[in-house]
Parts: sequence; structure tokens; C-alpha cells
Amino acid sequence: MTDIIDLSLADLRDALKDKKISAAETADAYLARIDAAKELNVVITLTADKARAMAKASDEKLSRGEGGALEGVPLGIKDLYCTEGVLTTAGSHILDGFKPRYESTVTSNLWRDGAVMLGKLNMDEFAMGSSNETSYYGPVVSPWRREGDETPLTPGGSSGGSAASVAARLCAGATATDTGGSIRQPASLTGTVGVKPTYGRCSRWGIAAFASSLDQAGPITRDVRDAAIMMRSMAGYDAKDSTSIDRPVPDYEAVLGQSVKGLKIGVPKEYRLDGMPDKIEKLWAEGVAWMKDAGCEIVDISLPMTKYALPVYYIVAPAEASSNLARYDGVKFGHRAKDYDDILSMYETTRAEGFGDEVKRRVLIGTYVLSAGYYDAYYLRAQKVRKKIFDEFTEAYKKVDLILTPSTPSAAFGLGEKDGDPVQMYLNDIFTVTANLAGLPGASVPAGLDAQGLPLGLQLLARPFDEETLFKGMHVLEQAAGFDARPDEWWE
Amino acid sequence: MAVDKETVRKVARLARIAEPEDRLEPLAEEISGILGWIEQLNEVDVEGVEAMASTVDVSLAMRADALQKGPTGGSQPDNVVANAPKTQDHFFVVPKVVE
Repeated sequence: MTDIIDLSLADLRDALKDKKISAAETADAYLARIDAAKELNVVITLTADKARAMAKASDEKLSRGEGGALEGVPLGIKDLYCTEGVLTTAGSHILDGFKPRYESTVTSNLWRDGAVMLGKLNMDEFAMGSSNETSYYGPVVSPWRREGDETPLTPGGSSGGSAASVAARLCAGATATDTGGSIRQPASLTGTVGVKPTYGRCSRWGIAAFASSLDQAGPITRDVRDAAIMMRSMAGYDAKDSTSIDRPVPDYEAVLGQSVKGLKIGVPKEYRLDGMPDKIEKLWAEGVAWMKDAGCEIVDISLPMTKYALPVYYIVAPAEASSNLARYDGVKFGHRAKDYDDILSMYETTRAEGFGDEVKRRVLIGTYVLSAGYYDAYYLRAQKVRKKIFDEFTEAYKKVDLILTPSTPSAAFGLGEKDGDPVQMYLNDIFTVTANLAGLPGASVPAGLDAQGLPLGLQLLARPFDEETLFKGMHVLEQAAGFDARPDEWWE
Repeated sequence: MAVDKETVRKVARLARIAEPEDRLEPLAEEISGILGWIEQLNEVDVEGVEAMASTVDVSLAMRADALQKGPTGGSQPDNVVANAPKTQDHFFVVPKVVE
């Protein structure tokens, strides 16, 4: 039979259930593969013993015919999710030694369904970044390279470890989080599928908070079916998250392959940027044609507030972050400076040592825009523009069922290529950030390769809590694109 | 709005981040650059628009006013202080605050 690591999550699940393979040998196959891929720097903490113990428990359940929906399936967990007794760093020095005494709701849901944890995955510090270069643990290196070129490339961010490990087949699937595009952008750059559900669909409890009104958990996987399977386990109401929504979780896998005939697909003209590579425009046009071929009706729409989404984001997200990150003070957990004179200098030195440059920059901006005299000019204005962006989508969804756009304005770039101007880095999220501001579900599906052989994704956005239509559309794109490219395994 | 060195010093103090003297000027430039880019929001007419803090259009759920069970519940001082850099008898230890 096929090598274990080449089975999709769905096929692996079935093979485990049918006892064609054991969870123990599956975990071992992945652990060996992770061990051979150290150059990619995807893992912050490997949990090999835990993986073997969980796999053993899965095999016992499977032998009794009792396995859950993900029984024995090995996953990677973004290091933003608190995992009981396992180092959780959020990619930051300030959480040195932090071993939570509790388990995040989303990971609890995955373990409830039988999934096996391989390790904690690298990420931009506190999810602030689009290239994985802000991680205290060094950047993840993408498994992808430009044709005939060995320049190390970014896997995107902030869920770069999740995207790279799925693309390199170091896990069957991975958890991720998305505050401005941190699931969809890395998925697009690595030829993987990434889903950001509706705000409120997955519990945020036990996930280190970045910007609480924008953060949302979701999966990164090899294909659309795998994402549907993971989503069903991850989602659900949780009383411990006051913004969690009490709605039934549908069987997303069941809608795959259902007809999209008659669905209206919106194509927003504002997502056509000056200087965007021709290949991305072409791919977008192909995506439109694929949806049309499947029986959808294409509707040109206008979302004129789009250009203001990133500036709004860079007020709202740092403002919320400056408040959320106030808890890292060297008192309750993590790093505390060695040299200080009094409590104030203990706080200031601890935070200066513990946070990296991008996190400091955002905390300072957030503090500034919330400070007396600037609150109205920046924060309040941003919240009003956010409302206009939200209203614009609400209007658009009266005319269309899904919106189709490119996922990113470019393919993966080289590590270190964009570390000069922060605004240039922020522009990576230009197509993804609107969904966070409006709380909408969105996904990136791999659609093709650029001229240098690097993956590019297309993004679909849906109405709030209409992930079923989203998955239907994703499946159509996936089938039509027939994306089967894989990176050369140069790291082996 | 350009941010100067003194404003960065003040904001860094508010944010409880020690920034060395030689970082204040570069930070002022970086932050001014970002704020300059953000200022395009001034073009948008927001007259009469309500400020939106959350996309969730429901009032927060009420729960019984009772001690919770599990990780958000009480009576677990060991867990509360388990990760603290310095503790004594279930207290967090910090430098002297009151003389």
C-alpha cells in the first residue's frame, strides 16, 4: 500500500478504522519524518512520548471498534494553543518555560475525537507577522523553493509552522489561527488548504490572545476534505468563551461534491491591484471560469472600503494586543528579568527582554492609539470604518452567496527580503484581512503555480456561519484546479 | 501625525517596555511611517456611523452566579502559581511595592 505519510487525513482515518495500519506505526512514521526535516525548523517542541502514548490508546480503542472521528490521526498544533503540561511559547521568549495547567478547548475537542499530538509548531511571535520571521525560535523555512534556486523562502505567517509541516507531510493536518490572514496566507504560499471559520465558530479559550475581536482558530490541511473533517472536530459552542456561538456544527464533509448550480459568485473589482503579478490575475480569471463551468452565476460586485481594511486592522489589532499582552509582566508566568531596581523596572525590563521588535512596535502603536487625546482620532474612527466594511459585505451578500478573490498579492518571498519597511510586510494580508474585520468565514485553496513554480491560492469568502456553502465552493475549485504539485524533498 | 522621540518615551513608559535611549528616534520614525499610512482613514466619511467593537451580534450569555468547576473554577492555588517565576505559600512574589 501507499506510504503512510502519503495518505490524506481522510484516507488515513479510514485505513486506521479498517485496521489496515496501526496508530502506533502511523505516529512513528511521522516522528521519523519530522526528525529528518530539522532544517525546516517547523517544530518548537516535539512531543514524541505523548504521541506514542496517545497512539497506543488509539490502537486500543480502534481494536474495540470504539474510535472517534480522528482516532489515531497525528496532528501538529500551532504553539499558540495551550496544551496541558506541554511547553507553550506563542513563539515568544516571554513565555519561557510556560507549561499550562489546562488544555485549550479546540485541542481538547481534537483529543476527544482521538487525534494524536506530534508537537507544537513554530509561528510568528504572538501571531504577529506574515513571514514567520518574528518567531523567537527563528523562521520556519518553506519546503518550497523557486525552480533552480536554493534561496530559503518564507512559508508565510503567522501559522508558518502549520502550513510548512502540512506541505512537507510532517503531519496529517495542523491547527492554526487567523487574525488578519494567518491561516489563509501561509496556506496560499505553501499549496495547502486553510480555513478561517466564522468568528465565534471555534472557541478561543486557551489560545493565547492577540486581537480578541479578530482571532479565530481553524485547520490547515492537504485537501478540502481533510479541512472539513478537522473543522467538524474543532468547532462548537464553549461556555468558557463569551463570544462562542451556540449553533449546531454541521457535517462539513457531507456537503463535498454537492452541486453549486445556481450559486451566485461575487467578484470584487477592488481586489485587482496595480502591480499584481499577471499569473495571479490569470489564475483568478480561471477560478471564475471554473465556478461558471460548475453552474454558478458570476456577479461583478464592488467593495470600495477594501483599501481601508488594512489601516483599520493596524489600529484595531495593536490596540487589542496592547491590552491582551499586558498580562506578560514577569509575575504570573514565563520570563522575569534578572536585574531590576523596583517593580516598575521589573515590568519594563522583563517586557523589553521578552518581546521581539514587531511585538514591541505593535504594543507601542496600540498604546498610542488608545491613549488620551488620540483615542477618537484613531481607535474610534477605525471602529467606525470597520462598521462600514461590515455593512458593505452584508449588502454584497444580499446579491451573492460566495465571493472569489486571490488569497495573496504575491507568491512566497525570500526570508529577509521584506524586513525593511513594516508596511510592505503588512500588505501581504490585503486580501485576507477584510474577513477578520467582518467576522466572515474564508478559505484558501491551492489553485496553481507561478512562473517560478511556487504555489498560489484562491480565496473564497462566505456569509457568517455558512461554512457549508464555503466548503462546497472550495471543493469545486479543488476539483477544477487539480493541484497536485509537491515540493522537492531537498531537506531529506 | 508624526510621533516624536518624547512621545515614544511616554508611550513606552505607559506600555511598560524599557526602550533604550538610542532606540527612541528609530522607533519614532517607524511608528510615524505606519501612522502616516493609517491616516488615509481620514478620507472616509464616518458621520453618523456607529463604532463596531465586535462582529457578534448577540448579548453576552449570562450564567449562574456559582463557583465554576474545572480549569476556570476555584480552589486550585497550586495550578494558579505553578508557572510563576517566584512564589511563596501560594503568593506571587514581587519587589517591595509599599515602603
